[in-house]
Amino acid sequence: MDIDKRKFLKVIGITSALWVGSRFTGGLSSVFGIGDTLDKKALADAGFEISKTLPDPKALIGKQWAVAIDLRQFKTPDDYKKCINVCDKIHNIPDIHTKQDVKWIWEEPYDNAFPEQHNNYMEGQLKDKSVILMCNQCEFPPCVRVCPTGATFKRHDGIVMMDYHRCIGCRYCMAGCPYGSRSFNFRDPRPFIKKIDPDYPTRTKGVVEKCDFCAERLDKGLMPACVEASKGAMVFGDIKDPNSDVRRILSNNFSIRRKPELGTQPNVFYII
Amino acid sequence: MYNSGKIITGLIIFVGLVTLPFWYSIGKANIKPDPSLNTPVINQMKVKHCIESKQFMIDNHMELLNEWRNAVVRDNKTIYVSTTGQYFTMSLEDTCFHCHSNEKQFCNQCHSYVNIQPYCWECHVKPAEEIANGH
Repeated sequence: MDIDKRKFLKVIGITSALWVGSRFTGGLSSVFGIGDTLDKKALADAGFEISKTLPDPKALIGKQWAVAIDLRQFKTPDDYKKCINVCDKIHNIPDIHTKQDVKWIWEEPYDNAFPEQHNNYMEGQLKDKSVILMCNQCEFPPCVRVCPTGATFKRHDGIVMMDYHRCIGCRYCMAGCPYGSRSFNFRDPRPFIKKIDPDYPTRTKGVVEKCDFCAERLDKGLMPACVEASKGAMVFGDIKDPNSDVRRILSNNFSIRRKPELGTQPNVFYII
Repeated sequence: MYNSGKIITGLIIFVGLVTLPFWYSIGKANIKPDPSLNTPVINQMKVKHCIESKQFMIDNHMELLNEWRNAVVRDNKTIYVSTTGQYFTMSLEDTCFHCHSNEKQFCNQCHSYVNIQPYCWECHVKPAEEIANGH
């Protein structure tokens, strides 16, 4: 066939224009099924109608979950431990006594939690106080912005969630998080879990994990485990709802947040 | 033909080597995968029926599980309505393993046969481990 460069470019140009045009008008898409997801197509091909998935009717519904931690009520070491231990237990969090430890909820001295609040002449009680730390479930989470695979994302109830299936372990999110709330699994965590709870998956080597406000419990209509265990020292609720418990306690008490100047809008509030 | 002796002998050896796997397995019965439904929960069921039809589950369980995972993790949907209108919690641990508590005799039968290694168990707790832990 005799075809020169000019003719070739013409043919290519016209065909691509036609193809692009048909994409917009839906011409070809109905033939090739562009836009159909594979699984739905397979379901339909197999002769099954596509079944539905629904949220649990008992699930708690909110726009942006938040927690207010009343540090005045944390007095004995046991007050801290009961919140931390319940989380470690139900989420199969490994206990590794090195820098590779995995933490969802943990305690730090006040100075470390709020370095910018530090002064040499601080009230003694507060100076020596430990603070409960966890993921701040930011309204504008930097970890979500930097995740290259969409493994970490913001749910529509405001929870910054991890899809461990998608995590490739690049640790950009750990670099992005200003609160140190994320931990990497440098090794298989299973040997470091005291007793594996079969109702919750463990994580695997090479993924990042963090607190997710007990998303699995909220979806069943339960409060986060630490809030439940704290017996009122932690108050959970929808920060966008003016009548929620968390808003009530925040409007009546002076509260601070970690690194608010960064503009991430953290949703863990501390009443000191 | 030059060197016909050497060439033909070489060819015979070559064909023999290439078809070795066939000679090797001759006369051996081809063991078909036989997923077992012999678990306490299934044995108690009057009508043995999975959440969808058997053929659908054989063909599409992996796509179904994929759909479940996205619905649960990303859209906070936890309930699956089957084509027969029944409701199920979308959970490997609570729903699938509740009946299929025999991973070796069920899951692995076909997975080993077709030589695939799904990595579900790296995170999700095997039903066998549940038993070992006394649950």
